[in-house]
Amino acid sequence: MLAFIVRRLIGAVIVLIAVSFITYLIFVKIPGGDPAPRIAGRTATEANIADIREKLRLNEPFYDQYWGMMQSLFTGSLKSYSSQLDVVDQIKGGIPATVSLCVGAGIIWLSLGILVGLISAVTAGRWSDRVITILALIGISLPVFWLGLISRYFFAQGHPFSFLPDGEYVPITDNPWQWFVHLLLPWFVLAILFIGFYGRVLRSNILDTINEDYVRTAKAKGLPYRRVLVKHVLRNSLIPIVTLFGLDFAAVVGGSAILTETVFDLKGVGWYAAKAVQDLDLPPIMGVTIYATFFIVFFSVVVDLLYAWLDPRIRPT
Amino acid sequence: MAERLIEVSDLHVHFATEDGVVKAVDGVSFELQRGQVLGIVGESGSGKSVTAMTLLGLTRDKNTRFEGEVLYKGRDVLKMNEHELEDVRGNEMSMIFQDPMTSLNPVYTIGAQIREAIQIHERADKRVARARSVELLKQVGIPNAESRVDNYPHEFSGGMRQRAMIAMALACNPDVLIADEPTTALDVTIQAQIIELIDRLKDEFNSAVILITHDLGVVADVADEIVVMYAGRVVERAATRPLFYDPQHPYTWGLLGSIPRLDRPKQERLHSIKGTPPSLINAPAGCKFRPRCPHAFEKCKEEPSLENRVEEPGHLDRCWLSVEEKRRLRVPTLAGTEEAA
Repeated sequence: MLAFIVRRLIGAVIVLIAVSFITYLIFVKIPGGDPAPRIAGRTATEANIADIREKLRLNEPFYDQYWGMMQSLFTGSLKSYSSQLDVVDQIKGGIPATVSLCVGAGIIWLSLGILVGLISAVTAGRWSDRVITILALIGISLPVFWLGLISRYFFAQGHPFSFLPDGEYVPITDNPWQWFVHLLLPWFVLAILFIGFYGRVLRSNILDTINEDYVRTAKAKGLPYRRVLVKHVLRNSLIPIVTLFGLDFAAVVGGSAILTETVFDLKGVGWYAAKAVQDLDLPPIMGVTIYATFFIVFFSVVVDLLYAWLDPRIRPT
Repeated sequence: MAERLIEVSDLHVHFATEDGVVKAVDGVSFELQRGQVLGIVGESGSGKSVTAMTLLGLTRDKNTRFEGEVLYKGRDVLKMNEHELEDVRGNEMSMIFQDPMTSLNPVYTIGAQIREAIQIHERADKRVARARSVELLKQVGIPNAESRVDNYPHEFSGGMRQRAMIAMALACNPDVLIADEPTTALDVTIQAQIIELIDRLKDEFNSAVILITHDLGVVADVADEIVVMYAGRVVERAATRPLFYDPQHPYTWGLLGSIPRLDRPKQERLHSIKGTPPSLINAPAGCKFRPRCPHAFEKCKEEPSLENRVEEPGHLDRCWLSVEEKRRLRVPTLAGTEEAA
């Protein structure tokens, strides 16, 4: 067990270095990526730009720049090029909104995804299955920016009814009820894609598992249908869902809820990342990349541990 | 007189599929008394497993049609509702399946899986059920049962898993134990042990056994009566001794001739029945075995009924040949010296 964790930690560090380095490389190589002229502004002289280059160490070889940026990132002194604000502080400031959004949405999409998958598998081939399948495919296909705007229009801006507040994040410590109602729409908008997707995956897992010999054994023991379904079929069908959920959840916490956060004006990490990319602002991009990578690596370890707990066959002996 | 536990009469099980109606079981009848071992023998696709699963209502589906009667202690299993069936399954009638590798749930311990049936049927609490599981594992010959009860299936060998399956099937002391090819997936050395175990436990638990196999050699020692099935029908049915010493149906001869035997001169090749079992969607007209039978003649275009044609009462077969012809024609096939075809 200890060896496993140590091995994964070493792997995590290697992944972090590789991801940050590749991101950095992409950024310095894209056309128009040179930050000095942009920071200097339209009326800048050559001397201004050269000055900024010197200050940002842009004349040094790129690996030295990379190393310098990593050092300042991990010591917490990295500043944005465009706003001069501290990157680590900005990310920290975005975490409450992002985590609130992701935890709520995660709970919704996991529970509704399981419910949807279970219902459509149990009624496979009947009308309820078909309706659910169509709804799931619609859910998967709806673009988040469109769905977000439409749901704001209908439910938050008074056309035809409005019972939810429009956008913005209220910290849970300020007002838990306002926190909840402000997040309700973003939660569902973010969750809908995953509900459809998880429902489809779980449906096919269940239909595979239901034909397993051990399910027949369970029936032959005289267990009630519901118990066979939950304890033998669902229990085994959920194992792959755990992997999916771990990685998807890591991705949204890591900032890939960019669209939802932007549409609903939730100033979370994804929103911050979107802004940084728009401004071609290298330091926050690096910061968010490291932050996202950390979550993905962390949750994949969690998934592996959960897996071992769920499936005795892969437990280390 | 022994108590009659099961009485199957004129059972038909038809599955509606995209290609047509599969007549998996087409007019099967037999009886089972307490303490008896009934062997059901036939090739893959002869309908023997479907018959067995139907006894427990496991073939029920929206595409399945049943006809006939399956009486368990006078109650028709085919007419029971799901709830009544659940009470019978695993409690009064239980089943052991072919492949112990896939028939146990990989995520629960052996003990938990044995316990399940006890907790459901006898409303026993967990501790009582656990003690019972350990006891059962001991009875089926698992060493260190107290600790092995907490093992997962993947920590058991194939033979041990099949023993665990047997323990699970016996957990609620059933009247009828149905074993569907319980030895097919196991090593030859383990096969005999498992069959012996089933035979011994049948007496200890005072139950009756239906032993399904494609290998007449497996049931020879333990069965009291044997039903030979072909293409969803019973082609021969007799007590074990007459079936082995005076087999009446050419298909039975083929099965007997294909058993390797050490008490006969060594042959170049083992006897085999030519061809494959017929489609159960468009079964041949007349005798179902006719296309593969080396002795078929004009009359076989009409299907013979299952009736008693020999001196021995209760020995039934479905073949038009006269008893004298059969006794003459079967000799080379049984000796395995002649390829039947």
